[in-house]
Amino acid sequence: MNLVIVDYKAGNVQSVLFALERLGVQATLSSEAEVIKAADKVIFPGVGEASSAMAELRARNLDKLLPTLEQPFFGVCLGMQLLCQHSEENDTETLGIIPEKVLRFQTDLKVPHMGWNQLHHLQTPLFEGLQEQEYVYFVHSYYVPLGEHTIAQASYPEPFSAALQYKNFYAAQFHPEKSGPAGSRILQNFLAL
Amino acid sequence: MLTKRIVPCLDIKNGRCVKGIQFENIRDAGDPVQLAAWYAEQGADELVFLDITATNEERKTFAALVRDIARHIDIPFTVGGGIGAVADVELLLQAGADKVSVNSSAIRHPKLVAELANRFGSQCVTVAIDTKYTEATGWKVYSRAGTVETEHATVDWARKVTELGAGEILLTSMNNDGTKAGFALDITGEVARAVSVPVIASGGAGTMQHFADVFHQASADAALAASLFHFRELEIPVLKGFLKEQGVDVRV
Repeated sequence: MNLVIVDYKAGNVQSVLFALERLGVQATLSSEAEVIKAADKVIFPGVGEASSAMAELRARNLDKLLPTLEQPFFGVCLGMQLLCQHSEENDTETLGIIPEKVLRFQTDLKVPHMGWNQLHHLQTPLFEGLQEQEYVYFVHSYYVPLGEHTIAQASYPEPFSAALQYKNFYAAQFHPEKSGPAGSRILQNFLAL
Repeated sequence: MLTKRIVPCLDIKNGRCVKGIQFENIRDAGDPVQLAAWYAEQGADELVFLDITATNEERKTFAALVRDIARHIDIPFTVGGGIGAVADVELLLQAGADKVSVNSSAIRHPKLVAELANRFGSQCVTVAIDTKYTEATGWKVYSRAGTVETEHATVDWARKVTELGAGEILLTSMNNDGTKAGFALDITGEVARAVSVPVIASGGAGTMQHFADVFHQASADAALAASLFHFRELEIPVLKGFLKEQGVDVRV
């Protein structure tokens, strides 16, 4: 399988590469349009701040390329938020692929939402083989509300989208690459699409 | 429900795990990668690795170790010790660390916290605070591995670094560290109430009840311990079972 990870200086690329390596999968890191277009599957990691990440994407013309992709695509954490239309983080216009908006947590609880939290209302195929209330690792200050593209929920304290799917674009707010065996299974499920 | 985190801490010197008892009397407790993998299996929620080597030459070895750890474990981990510049952090994050912790360098140069938060995001910036109580000074922040008293009152400093962009506070009470007499519930609770970011309590864990106390009474979001876990005086599955019975939300 030709698996490509989008390279735009995202912070957690190495962790994603190692997680794939533990599954016995080699991935190519690239920001080249031709390489990404030719991939069987694409992973779009991300940690950090939305407007700087968008600037990095624009600098590589990836803001034009990513919305045109048709193969299975997986955005992780900030990678999920960037797939949406707009983020409240520095009032940033994002890629506009998934018709959802990204909001800041308004809660008395600690922000960032950091640590292991449970998944609910899981939908296949991404969550094939996982149990309801499975724990995964989150670290984020912005979230996507529940909507018609939600394929898993978590609560902090209100329910929000832990994962999204829109056409060929899959996305997780949590970090499957840091979520133990459950996270590995989710990555495997994506690779098996 | 977001769960409370149990965080084993591994002090690293020359690629090996050691533990200082009140920052002295270092003992060797094994290979960090093996220990880390074992903790992940046992149900540790994340890990902290503190590099206590002194020279820049040895720090290069640490980045290689971080890479080795990231390759083998599938839970989050924080690395700290001797981080003085944005370039140090870039190296460690690229090696696969999820968060970095800064301590003395943030005291010398508070803007570093803002620079790191802007560049890499608050979620990967933990500010470690070593604090000590004396009747004359109250709870004060100490720098340089707890050897130098600063002018900062602990709660004020925690507030300040949070405003600068810290995404988490790792609070170690030097009075409690190594005593196994329990966490410093008073200052941990004060800091946890004063800041909007998660607080990891550190120093003094000796029994399972100590963990329950720091979660229930001091509102800590996570609790860290080292020798207690390394020498298997307390096993994480047993601890988590106990905490669950005590009504603490933990991942089991």
